[in-house]
Amino acid sequence: MQALVARYGGPITALMIFTSLVWVLGLLLLPQLTMIDYSFRPALPLAEIGGPKDVYTLENYTFLFGNAGFLTIFAKTIWSSILVTIAAFAICYPLAYYLARGTSIGRARLLIVALIIPYWINEILRTFAWMLILARGGLINMALMELGVIDQPIVFLGQTPTIVLGMVYAYVLFMVFPIYNVLDTLDKAQVEAARDLGAPWWCIHWRIALPHAKPGIAVGCISTFMLAAGSYAVPTILGGPQSRWFTEVIYSQFFEGMNWNRGAAFAFLLLLVCVTFIVIMMRLFRVSLGEVAK
Amino acid sequence: MNRLSSRVILRSFILLYLVAFFAYLFLPLLYMSAAAFNQSRFPATVPWQGFTLEWFDALLNDSMLWSSLGNSLLVGAGVVALSVPIGLNAALLLHLLQKRVRTLAYGVMVSPILMPGVILGISTLVFWRGFDVGGGWHLAVLAQTTFIASYCMMMFQARLQRLDPTWEEAALDLGASHFQVMRRIMLPFLAPTAIGAAVIAFLQSFENYNTTLFVYGSDRTLTIYLAGKVRVGLTPAVNALSVIFILLTVAAAVLFEWRRRAEARPAARPVPAKASLGRAAPVPAE
Amino acid sequence: MSIGESVHLENVTMRFGDFTAVDDVSLEIEAGEFFSFLGPSGCGKTTILRMISGFNEPSAGRVLIGGRDMRGSGPNRRPTALIFQNLALFPLMPVWENVAFGLEMRGMARSARRRRAEELLDLVALGNAGDKRVADLSGGQRQRVAIARALAVEPKVMLLDEPLSALDLKLRQHMRAELRAIQKRTGVTFIYITHDQGEALTMSDRIAVMSRGRLEQVARPDAVYNEPATPFAASFVGEANIFQGRVVGLSAEEVEIETDLGRMRARNGGDLRQGDRAMLFVRPERSSIALGGDGGRIEAELVEMEFEGSFINLRLRAPNRQPIMVQMANDGGLGEMARMASVPVSFAARAAIALPEGELAHQ
Repeated sequence: MQALVARYGGPITALMIFTSLVWVLGLLLLPQLTMIDYSFRPALPLAEIGGPKDVYTLENYTFLFGNAGFLTIFAKTIWSSILVTIAAFAICYPLAYYLARGTSIGRARLLIVALIIPYWINEILRTFAWMLILARGGLINMALMELGVIDQPIVFLGQTPTIVLGMVYAYVLFMVFPIYNVLDTLDKAQVEAARDLGAPWWCIHWRIALPHAKPGIAVGCISTFMLAAGSYAVPTILGGPQSRWFTEVIYSQFFEGMNWNRGAAFAFLLLLVCVTFIVIMMRLFRVSLGEVAK
Repeated sequence: MNRLSSRVILRSFILLYLVAFFAYLFLPLLYMSAAAFNQSRFPATVPWQGFTLEWFDALLNDSMLWSSLGNSLLVGAGVVALSVPIGLNAALLLHLLQKRVRTLAYGVMVSPILMPGVILGISTLVFWRGFDVGGGWHLAVLAQTTFIASYCMMMFQARLQRLDPTWEEAALDLGASHFQVMRRIMLPFLAPTAIGAAVIAFLQSFENYNTTLFVYGSDRTLTIYLAGKVRVGLTPAVNALSVIFILLTVAAAVLFEWRRRAEARPAARPVPAKASLGRAAPVPAE
Repeated sequence: MSIGESVHLENVTMRFGDFTAVDDVSLEIEAGEFFSFLGPSGCGKTTILRMISGFNEPSAGRVLIGGRDMRGSGPNRRPTALIFQNLALFPLMPVWENVAFGLEMRGMARSARRRRAEELLDLVALGNAGDKRVADLSGGQRQRVAIARALAVEPKVMLLDEPLSALDLKLRQHMRAELRAIQKRTGVTFIYITHDQGEALTMSDRIAVMSRGRLEQVARPDAVYNEPATPFAASFVGEANIFQGRVVGLSAEEVEIETDLGRMRARNGGDLRQGDRAMLFVRPERSSIALGGDGGRIEAELVEMEFEGSFINLRLRAPNRQPIMVQMANDGGLGEMARMASVPVSFAARAAIALPEGELAHQ
């Protein structure tokens, strides 16, 4: 504290602390706490807020766990997001390794620029593209019917696997770059030494490249899982009533059910799921928060 | 088993994989874009019914589109105005905090980018209801700033790691006041990063969907409008809008990358700077 | 130009947590003096500099400049200017703005400070470099810009933190002379930090030898070299042959010491008494290959001869395998020595100094 004042002087230090507090407290922590507070209160008409009925309760949470429909959606959202994460990792790892170690710097740079462009394109548009492809009269159905493989269009939209597919497409690049960034720092000599010692290629990955990539894998997985579990665009564009996502349930609590307290409880649960996932990944990959949030 | 031939097989495997990956990445976008020029009443490229620009025409007369664009610019400007100074101040503060405090403060400050965007939108909405403030462009600014300031903070922090602390000391030693050190030494040093942070902040804001969804009230932003169009208003005008979006993003991406590359000339390998809708974006460690 | 001011350190101590970087140092540096702190890295010399310039406040004791207590005055309120080890030139400003920075901070008008910057650049022989970028200058030129920038604020005390260490040998020697000349011309008090004894010996009016946060000796360069006050000072500055033993005889000025290599005599440099453990130091150039010498005589084996032109270094080994070095003038007749099985090394008692046993410098 004294060091701060000595370094920047009183007024500047005061300003720095002020804006940081406004941000951390006013924009982040207090709203989060308010949301949590909401989640433990009953939904009451305006007149009764602050009245005798306005007491802390777990009813918003017990409601979810007593409602098979919502509970299924909650579980399915978590499970599918894990699937998205695994699939994205499987697709990405070879690419990330290829970019970092398998090719010349020049070509890697070219490919990376090519990756950046779709990476920057809005998630909604990327999902919309798949909607057109998978629609009843979309590219795939037209092609299959033309070829005579099917004579009735297949209904892709509204199915959970379609959403998983769409999410893998939408979030795959959030897995590539973190892994690429750490693999890029892998010493080439290590790989060559292992090869020289007779290690087969899978062994090189298992014993050298993958352990080195751990922080990047953790970041990629956390990002992808969080994006998938918190996605609203993909399930609304590619999904239907049969494939509802937990975010859609939350949204409807706020803007259709007008039950903000229950919505807040659901949102808090979603947050807890993500925090749990982050903690698990950090434990699993033995990385610190500092490395994750880099 | 011949070693050479197994290498050849591996190589062709890799090539196949690369081709498949990039096709997977680009073909859907191309397919969607092509539909914008098809005369078909529905957004589709097959069957092709002839080239047209009428869907772009339709956009010009879409007043909702233009008003939502206005809202996006307004929100974006607000987010830039808030998150760049907040991020700057937070980075300067972290720069001097003791290690233990710094780790904690850093963890809190980056936590918004590890949270689902909907949570930030919801908590902002709920919090401001306590002050009788409903959804609207101003809440969108606040909710987005919560996490976009984290990105700005991280960018400034990366830059500050390259700050030579003796510059500040030399200035003080030559009689500069703390304010003068800030104005003559720190801010000129951080200025390029501030520009980069402003660009990133604006793009993040412009593209944001999840957080804005809960707080926009009736001030629909372009992304919200686009999402609505995609879900309901099915004419190829959506594709025309998509094409414009894509072109703008590509232009912005290329421009920004080029600028960033020019700035970091000695750095050999490109590390993608990230701004996109999903917010777990790995920001470039400069 | 300004005239220098004195700097007094009164029982100055600086602690960082459990570590004591500077331990109860008292010292008076006179106005207009060229004063050096000499010691190995980590000895506390940079900390002293930072306390004088105001970047650190002492944990105990006080710093006075020109007789005024500096407690509570930040670096921007002290009549000092610091030249940093890495120079700390501002890379985003052209050379002249760097030089004029202090004047800008004092509110001088732009045209006036530009003029002043050009004068100072002329002074350091960089007349045409005002509009160049710092990055385009050579190491020596940057050095001069840093000096000009510090001089611009007309400091009473100039503090220099190993500013020559980044330069190559030749430039370093040239800059020594230049720094000394600037100091003479301006009359500013120079306080110079270095681990390079050559710099300290050639430039300084006085030197403080430091080790582990304490002053070992404060004296003129020749006195530090010829009359070292502690084993550390004797072994850190210059080369020395060191013999350890116990005091067995005392006379008015001299002591007699019993060592592994026989009895030796030397000046009593540290109030030695009968029976004390002592260390005897003798410089290589004051040792000779001769049978005489009333200080000591050792039959040594020649290991190596280094021919340096005007003089020759002989590396020898005593019977107890201790290395001994002798430096002698090149008189042309050395061929035979290489063939000798053993060489007599001797020195005069007044050429050697005996000190109470203590810590040596690691070199």
